[in-house]
Amino acid sequence: MSIDLSQFFEVFFEESFEGLDAMEAELLNLEPGDLDSETINTIFRAAHSIKGGSGTFGFNSVADFTHVLETLLDQIRNGERALETNHVNLLLKAVDCLRAMLGALQSEQEPDLTESNTLKAEFETILNIPHTAEPAESQAVNTKSLDTFQVDFKPLHHLFKTGNEPLYLISELTDLGECSVTSDLSDLPDIHDMQPDECYLAWSFFVETREDENKIKEIFEWVEDDAKIEVTLCGGLFSDEPESEQPVEQEAEVSETTTSAQITPNDEVKEQTVKKPPAKANTESTSIRVGIDKVDSLINMVGELVITQAMLTQLGEGDMNENKQMALKEGLAQLAHNTRDMQESVMRIRMMPISFVFSRFPRLVRDISQKLGKEVELKLIGETTELDKTVMEKISDPMVHLVRNSLDHGLETPEHRLEAGKKEAGIVTLNAFHQGGNIVIEIMDDGNGLNTDKIKSKAIEKGLINENDNLSDDEINELIFMPGFSTADAVSDLSGRGVGMDVVKRNIHALNGSIDVTSERGIGSTFTIRLPLTLAILDGQLVTLGKHTYIIPLISIVESLQLDLKQVNCVGGGVDVLRLRDEYIPILRLFQIFNHTGAIEELDKGLLVIVESDNQKVGLLVDDLLAQQQVVIKSLEANYQKVDGVSGATILGDGRVSLIVDISGLIKLAGLKKAGSQKLAIDNAMFEMS
Amino acid sequence: MEQALQVQNELHSPDSEEENVQQFLTFIMDEEEYGVDILTVQEIRGWEEITAIPNAPEFVKGAINLRGTIVPIIDLRLRFGLTSVKYGPLTVIIVVKVELKVGSKIMGLVVDAVSDVYSIGQQQARDVPDISKSENSEFVHGLVNVGEKMVVLLHLERVLNLLRETESDLLAG
Amino acid sequence: MKKILAVDDSASMRQMVSFTLKKAGFDVTDAKDGSEALGIAKQGTFDAVISDVNMPVMDGITLIRELRALPEYKFTPMLMLTTESGLDKKTEGKAAGATGWIVKPFNPEQLLAVIKKVIR
Repeated sequence: MSIDLSQFFEVFFEESFEGLDAMEAELLNLEPGDLDSETINTIFRAAHSIKGGSGTFGFNSVADFTHVLETLLDQIRNGERALETNHVNLLLKAVDCLRAMLGALQSEQEPDLTESNTLKAEFETILNIPHTAEPAESQAVNTKSLDTFQVDFKPLHHLFKTGNEPLYLISELTDLGECSVTSDLSDLPDIHDMQPDECYLAWSFFVETREDENKIKEIFEWVEDDAKIEVTLCGGLFSDEPESEQPVEQEAEVSETTTSAQITPNDEVKEQTVKKPPAKANTESTSIRVGIDKVDSLINMVGELVITQAMLTQLGEGDMNENKQMALKEGLAQLAHNTRDMQESVMRIRMMPISFVFSRFPRLVRDISQKLGKEVELKLIGETTELDKTVMEKISDPMVHLVRNSLDHGLETPEHRLEAGKKEAGIVTLNAFHQGGNIVIEIMDDGNGLNTDKIKSKAIEKGLINENDNLSDDEINELIFMPGFSTADAVSDLSGRGVGMDVVKRNIHALNGSIDVTSERGIGSTFTIRLPLTLAILDGQLVTLGKHTYIIPLISIVESLQLDLKQVNCVGGGVDVLRLRDEYIPILRLFQIFNHTGAIEELDKGLLVIVESDNQKVGLLVDDLLAQQQVVIKSLEANYQKVDGVSGATILGDGRVSLIVDISGLIKLAGLKKAGSQKLAIDNAMFEMS
Repeated sequence: MEQALQVQNELHSPDSEEENVQQFLTFIMDEEEYGVDILTVQEIRGWEEITAIPNAPEFVKGAINLRGTIVPIIDLRLRFGLTSVKYGPLTVIIVVKVELKVGSKIMGLVVDAVSDVYSIGQQQARDVPDISKSENSEFVHGLVNVGEKMVVLLHLERVLNLLRETESDLLAG
Repeated sequence: MKKILAVDDSASMRQMVSFTLKKAGFDVTDAKDGSEALGIAKQGTFDAVISDVNMPVMDGITLIRELRALPEYKFTPMLMLTTESGLDKKTEGKAAGATGWIVKPFNPEQLLAVIKKVIR
């Protein structure tokens, strides 16, 4: 039977990565000397599973490397060796290395073994075993002579109680070759003394086989202690094949034709184990593990849906009357209810606790703080807060950047902290919670806070603002998100290199989220990320432009109002600006930006929807507001291409396609934000005007 | 009739291997007959209301909902620089799936009317003659005679790919 | 159809073992640790049990000991999956009542070759 092992690879990788995460988390919990047996057991088991799986599925480099890890862990577990700090460090490095190796294998590349070999050598030094040179696989070559063995098999009485069945063992023996048997009944007791669960029989076999003695002993390996077994070589015939056959391996190296002609069963097995699945395109096909309870609740709902559907079908038969109409309405309400529940339930399947992201930070913080010589205490709050898997995958990198930033620029050195009257260890807090339809993630540090003076002078130097711009502290702090802005005096090893805060902000925006910073000198800073719980659904406001219907994300809408022309001024560049309370808000004629005709063009005849993105408010002129509804976001790019000012599409209740407005894209498209400081420029123009 | 016979012959002639025979769906535009590989055709739909896409090139009429997928609709007349006509009851949308270097895209082509299905042997398709008169020659994959008619076989990848170029032109302009 | 209970904490191993045995014509139920397996084993009867040794909650050796103590599993073949590094585990398993062992890593063919020593 041939079984394609590659079908299990994905599960193996998934569980191995989970195992590595668990190992890492537990390792970080370990305090040398204070050894909790459950912790070390968990670590051991993870390594053990990876070793077993990688061996089984033919990832021998991983199995080899994991072996030394496992050995060390086993010794620690059994109390043969005390856990030392350098063990933990080495094990952590090994976790990283395994992650990289498995990652490579997952994308069907050969893993780079330089790192693992170095680490392996370090393990071997600790374990005090000689470096294992590549084991020369010298398999005993079958002599192939036909030998006759006598096999005496005398089970002890209790054999059945071990679960062994002599018949099957004998049957294995007969598989080896020609076999004759005599039974030995000498031990058989009198019928009255006979116990039904005991074995009294014994046998003597003569087997003619080309296998060797070990093969026979292997059959009885499990019952060695439960039976008397004697294997004696009685005699044999010499191989009828030429002797020169023996060094097959050498010959194989010389001529390829020989190998292909003489594939031994062993080769076949190997070939199959190593067989790889057809090369995947580098599309990410990821899987989610879903709790049974979530699936069960979904099944329940489908059940209800089916019932409702049956009821509606029944109502649809025959003539309509008033009673039926009432029932139909009820049925439809039920259907709407079912559908909504089901939608929520399906969404929940994609939801995972944010601990999946949080869990990488203890390690990160440990590594960075060691490197920086800072003491850091990491607090994680709200780890069970759930969010969409896709969102989670994409928020991880920006968060890493922010945490690095906090450690690097935010927290002071221990000396400075003591001087400032703070505890030596700085505190970085990650806090996640739900708020409305959003998840909020806060990254707080109790460091020095943002240096507004420095930011301001830097921004002036970079030409982002003018010297005489009158900016509040919050506005100054926002400047750090502008492209090309970095305050690190020297480019440090950790942050301030390559990726800037502007990229963080852009990535978060791409997820329909936002990021703010609040900071107080000497007290600390807090970065607040707000994200939609899912990327698949959006609360939208339907608006019309002539015969076109668009959807504006509800989250961006501040308010909607009818314009009073007296409040509108025209500033330079042909931009109309609405004075609303204390603010000046540029007006965008949506139909103009989208190049549509047939929409209302007079400002006072339509409606103005005030939206906000990137802390910038603009007013969008539309004909009318329709309903608010949840829409399922569909990709326009999948079959078309990116459209500026549009983030996606959806299908309305009547089956029509409607496009979703991308506010920040729209602002860019309207040319209001060519340079980062444009908003400020408009504000200043306002000040001069008033 | 004649074509049908020819097709039969093609399929049964012992010399021709079946892989060499390709089936084409043809449609009419401005009295010319064009063909696309039938394997790319997903379905044929009547004209329906289309949602406009902002700032799209003129030949992109918008997008429709194809059982939950958003599919752009391209007016082939406009794409080829022919005069546009008013859409009528005969106007159809041929929904095609085009394999690209990365993945595939589904799009709808608005044409005047669907014509026929032909099986055409590879050797029958001629290379594009050097017709300098047409700037659309890049969309043309080959020409083939079916009976007395000439069918222009289209290069769908290029018809779609040009969307991007046009977009960048638009941005530049 | 003979029924086998396969126990392993690793999902990929569990799947591989189940798949292989099912393809060979056995009726396979799987469990992810000893205690789950014990619960399942008590609810029905199985013709053989194959269990990993190192598992959270309840390890394979404890599982075998507990099962062997039950009257309906007095004679049932129970195999443990063990690595070469766990040689001393064999003795421990044997004492707990294991019928035999299968050395990890193994491939489907090896698994089937070994298992036919106790169940067919």
